[in-house]
Amino acid sequence: MSQAQVLKESKGPKTPGTPGLIFEEPIVFEMGSPGRKAYSLPSCDVPEVEIETLLPPAEIREAIDELPELTELDVVRHYTRLSQWNFSIDTNFYPLGSCTMKYNPKINETLARLPGFAQHHPMTPDADSQGSLQLMYELQECLKTISGMEHASLHPAAGAQGEFAGMLMIHAYHSAKGNPRKKVLLPDSAHGTNPASATLCGYKSIQLPSNAEGTIDVAKLEAAMDEETAAIMLTNPNTLGMFEKDILKITEIVHKKGGLVYCDGANLNAIMGIAKMGDMGIDVLHINLHKTFSTPHGGGGPGAGPVCIKDILEPYLPVPVVEKVGSKYRLNADRPESVGRLKSFNGNFGMLLRAYAYIRTLGPEGIRQAAQSAVLNANYIRARLKDTFHLPFTGASLHECVFNDKGQGITTMDFAKALIDHGFHPPTVYFPLIVKGALMIEPTETESKETLDDFIEAMKSIAKKGKEDPESFHASPRLSKVSRPDEAQAARNPKLRWPGH
Amino acid sequence: MEVPQDLKYTQEHEWIRVDGKKAVIGISEFAQEQLGDIVFVELPEVGSQIEQGSPFGVVESVKTVSDLYAPAGGKVTAVNKDLETNPEKVNSEPYGEGWIVEIELSDETNLESLLDADAYSEQCQKETE
Repeated sequence: MSQAQVLKESKGPKTPGTPGLIFEEPIVFEMGSPGRKAYSLPSCDVPEVEIETLLPPAEIREAIDELPELTELDVVRHYTRLSQWNFSIDTNFYPLGSCTMKYNPKINETLARLPGFAQHHPMTPDADSQGSLQLMYELQECLKTISGMEHASLHPAAGAQGEFAGMLMIHAYHSAKGNPRKKVLLPDSAHGTNPASATLCGYKSIQLPSNAEGTIDVAKLEAAMDEETAAIMLTNPNTLGMFEKDILKITEIVHKKGGLVYCDGANLNAIMGIAKMGDMGIDVLHINLHKTFSTPHGGGGPGAGPVCIKDILEPYLPVPVVEKVGSKYRLNADRPESVGRLKSFNGNFGMLLRAYAYIRTLGPEGIRQAAQSAVLNANYIRARLKDTFHLPFTGASLHECVFNDKGQGITTMDFAKALIDHGFHPPTVYFPLIVKGALMIEPTETESKETLDDFIEAMKSIAKKGKEDPESFHASPRLSKVSRPDEAQAARNPKLRWPGH
Repeated sequence: MEVPQDLKYTQEHEWIRVDGKKAVIGISEFAQEQLGDIVFVELPEVGSQIEQGSPFGVVESVKTVSDLYAPAGGKVTAVNKDLETNPEKVNSEPYGEGWIVEIELSDETNLESLLDADAYSEQCQKETE
């Protein structure tokens, strides 16, 4: 069967994908020819020296055989072709729940390339870095305003490091009071990084089962909370996309026993400009700039996970801290109670710059609208798919909605793979763990009604065909360059090197 | 679905086969079915102590990662090293070559709170509804 026939057959109501000129591409080691070079240098006009006369033998690497030998054009075509196999937010809809694959506005990229920022060396003295330091200081102020928290550190390189920074500060806080405590409470819907961060800080993770609505069970929390519990780590809105409506009661219960409240801010994009974490009794919050504030991620760039705190934790902030003295800015690393330095130089500065551009471009009203549109889009999908797909938790959704494969003819994995043939990235699957066969859809604020409608129609048509002819889905996706790899075999016997290297 | 009568079960889908002071632990047919293709099993150290109801290892499938909860407390006397290279045995023979650890029971009264085969089958039935 030709690709065009396959496409025709797999067509749903509307299929964004069409067969184009996508090339077969060998691995780079299989390409080239001996002696071929990607450079042409003038002959050397200084005497050549044998490396052995300059370095001890232990410092000299053995020659590497069989490196590919290619021209510049070979290399450019190889990687450009491979890049055409990619799926990206700039090409297609990417409703990967919890990961918030937001469009990255191009104005952010333009501003990040301004030579004054892009070429600024991180070891430049403070006096000559005033612009960059001002930007960091003002971004901190923006994050404090949006979160309702009292201080911020921009250093953590991603969300998980933001969590680690926050838990280190909680550990330092309790230690200063004489007892670091032993346990951290976590709802069973938590991101897997939460217990990992607690464990790295020496705490034992205690899982709190969610109630029937999918939120924190206040009675179970009250029973579990004691004076050996350092903190609760919660996510609000939680990983089901639902607001923890008992948040004030929850923070009160934890505070009453001297514990602190850590909030995973991965889902801040749903409530920014509307509700403030600081007002809910949260003591520590990390913010994923690469989700909420549109900086690229998922292969497009490093993350950034600033951590925001209340006054009681201020002495423990990671160093250096950006300060404003009079009209000047400076980095202060002279803070004896700090948990220390977490990242070289000034964190992932390029991402701080993009997030700042996003916040200042939108302004307070735009930030609020972005959250409202994200919630509206998710609820539009939920409303139009709820008669076709099972909703395990029926409470109000914010920025994402979680269905599962109950009652379908095919599995969640089949849906994920089949969506690729319709030109859509699969939603997050099999997470959160408390939902069997979860399909977690997060459209974000930037998608048009037409795109959402196409996605909804694709989901409905797959569900319909899945009941009539489930077998036909086991080979999907059929239109992608690589079809369905044997994931179990790949995980059991990974081959990470080209043979011979 | 196979639920051998001679084993005891936990609500978290582990089984335990008791022989005097020794006991072997694994996961049920239902559990391996729900998890899908298993790609990695994290085993405890031989000689370590495990506590009833606490995690003693991790099982990772293509779909998800789950803690293994100890049906009973005791000292680990052997682990199934074969699973390091052949984790798929948990899928193919969950009650046989896919066993996970062997322990020396520290307190036999631990066994009283476990489910028998009928009660466990009933629980699995409920979970699939």
